[in-house]
Amino acid sequence: MKKLINRVPGRTARWILGVLPFVLCLVLYLAASNARLAENENDKLLPSFSSFAGAIERMAFTPDKRSGNYLLWQDTASSLWRLSLGLGLSALLALVIGILNGAIPYMRAPLSPFITAISLIPPMAILPILFIVFGLGELAKVMLIVIGIAPFLIRDVQQRALEIPAEQLIKAQTLGANTWQIIVRVLFPQIMPRLLASVRLSLGAAWLFLIAAEAIAATEGLGYRIFLVRRYLAMDVILPYVVWITLLAFLLDYVLRKISRMCYPWFHAQIQTAEN
Amino acid sequence: MTGRYSRILLPFLFIFCSVFSSISASAAERQKFSVCWSIYVGWMPWGFGAEQDIVKKWADKYGIQIDVVQINDYIESINQYTAGKYDGCSMTNMDALTIPAAGNVDSTALIVGDFSNGNDGVVLKNQKDLKAIKGQKVNLVELSVSHYLLARALDSVGLAEKDIQVVNTSDADLVAAFNTKDVTAVVTWNPLLSEILAMPNTNSVFDSAKIPGEIIDLMVVNTKTLQENPKFGKALVGAWYEMMGLMSANSEAGRAARTAMGKASGTDLAGYDAQLASTKMFYLPAEAVAFTNSAQLKTTMQYVAEFSFNHGLLGEGAADATFIGVETPSGIYGNSKNVQLRFDPTFMQLAADGKL
Repeated sequence: MKKLINRVPGRTARWILGVLPFVLCLVLYLAASNARLAENENDKLLPSFSSFAGAIERMAFTPDKRSGNYLLWQDTASSLWRLSLGLGLSALLALVIGILNGAIPYMRAPLSPFITAISLIPPMAILPILFIVFGLGELAKVMLIVIGIAPFLIRDVQQRALEIPAEQLIKAQTLGANTWQIIVRVLFPQIMPRLLASVRLSLGAAWLFLIAAEAIAATEGLGYRIFLVRRYLAMDVILPYVVWITLLAFLLDYVLRKISRMCYPWFHAQIQTAEN
Repeated sequence: MTGRYSRILLPFLFIFCSVFSSISASAAERQKFSVCWSIYVGWMPWGFGAEQDIVKKWADKYGIQIDVVQINDYIESINQYTAGKYDGCSMTNMDALTIPAAGNVDSTALIVGDFSNGNDGVVLKNQKDLKAIKGQKVNLVELSVSHYLLARALDSVGLAEKDIQVVNTSDADLVAAFNTKDVTAVVTWNPLLSEILAMPNTNSVFDSAKIPGEIIDLMVVNTKTLQENPKFGKALVGAWYEMMGLMSANSEAGRAARTAMGKASGTDLAGYDAQLASTKMFYLPAEAVAFTNSAQLKTTMQYVAEFSFNHGLLGEGAADATFIGVETPSGIYGNSKNVQLRFDPTFMQLAADGKL
């Protein structure tokens, strides 16, 4: 008999097994929701799927009574704008500081311990300081994301830069490259796909900080809406929003992976050979 | 083998049994009840009463058991009550209408404890006139009593909500937020209010003393539970007025009680007394009964229902502000076929008559 670790499910079996936990969750939800709705048809905690449909219709396809905006799209637009600004800024910082730290020992010596220390401060613990420095507007929300994930990204890029084999750097030098050329031609192209990979990993944290920022002070956004309607336990709005956020996060991750594969096919080929 | 299996199975069996026993316990006649409360000047007696076993004494008298649980997040406590985890919860009249009642959890205001008489206020930086609020961003907890107070304040000077921009701000961060230059106007409640007013260049331009009796703090219980178990209501009301008598006394014991309550809410006797000064406590059951019986209560609930409807708080099924019926001794406001919130002075009357 084949050992368990050597038994691989076929294509169809893999699909079915993959979908199974989702279906189980759905069934569990339906059972629990039906039980509560049988007791109180207006139960707010676990609403029925028809109330979800109603809430989605209301939030996404009906203009708001007071402002005339389509709330879901307005929330999505402002949240995605903040998120991409925060992620973009963090990635840029990570790229510049991370590569410099990795390449130049005289940069690394003062900066590396400092950034390590910064990355260990929980941003939520210093909120009042952030308010005073960055105010309460859009800047504060973007900065919370940057402070939350940039130090982690910088440390990661620095580590990856240091992992680049010394032979490559020596070879480039024997071919006559100066520091700038080594950074731009040797380090930069090899760091980029790795940076994209760690940005993908930090997406979860970025969403967390975004939603926290929007919960503290905001006038629109996905996190703002969730915390607002929580005031009257409108789970029929909250749960579709959560699913929507999950979907957006998944799409962002997918797009980043596609970009990485398109721009750096050699990197992914490398990983593939390592995996096989 | 059996030993190994039983070790794995026993915990499951235990969970299984405990789930079933809890289900069967809820089906039998209720002996055990639980209420929750959160920190606010008018609700501190609940914590004090639980600590000093005053609630236990009254529960024992009626042969039942009442757990008094403090929940750190006010909204979470109401949500837990609405979800059915507690039989009663401390909340304001507006939240009672928009959370449990709007969620079809028929609720009764068992105890009318106090109303805010200056405990909630609108604060402007550098300006002394409420009219100056026009065009400003106003930081507050959206859809809360602060929002209601703001709507009433704007009304009083002929402005409307479209003349300002509301920025939803978490109450935990409001004081820190006020220090930033982005924030020029806030609406909040005590103890945050007094902390903000203690800062330089701040002016209170409107407070709840200008709309007395509209922001009411209640102990709300599930109507069905109360009807099936009047003992539960009697024990809670009995305990409450014993605590009221204790804390209002100008004696050593009264000061000790208020000191304990002040400490529990993060201040001291002087701080707590200052908060009490802007709260109209109904220390005597007769006062609470008179307030509940007055026709003013029905008008107040009409304002609250209209505000709630305009902000979409009565749910999507609501066609107008009268969608949910609110029963008061002076008559029902709204739909009498959909009464979900009841102001019932019966139990407080028993306390006033000394029949508990």
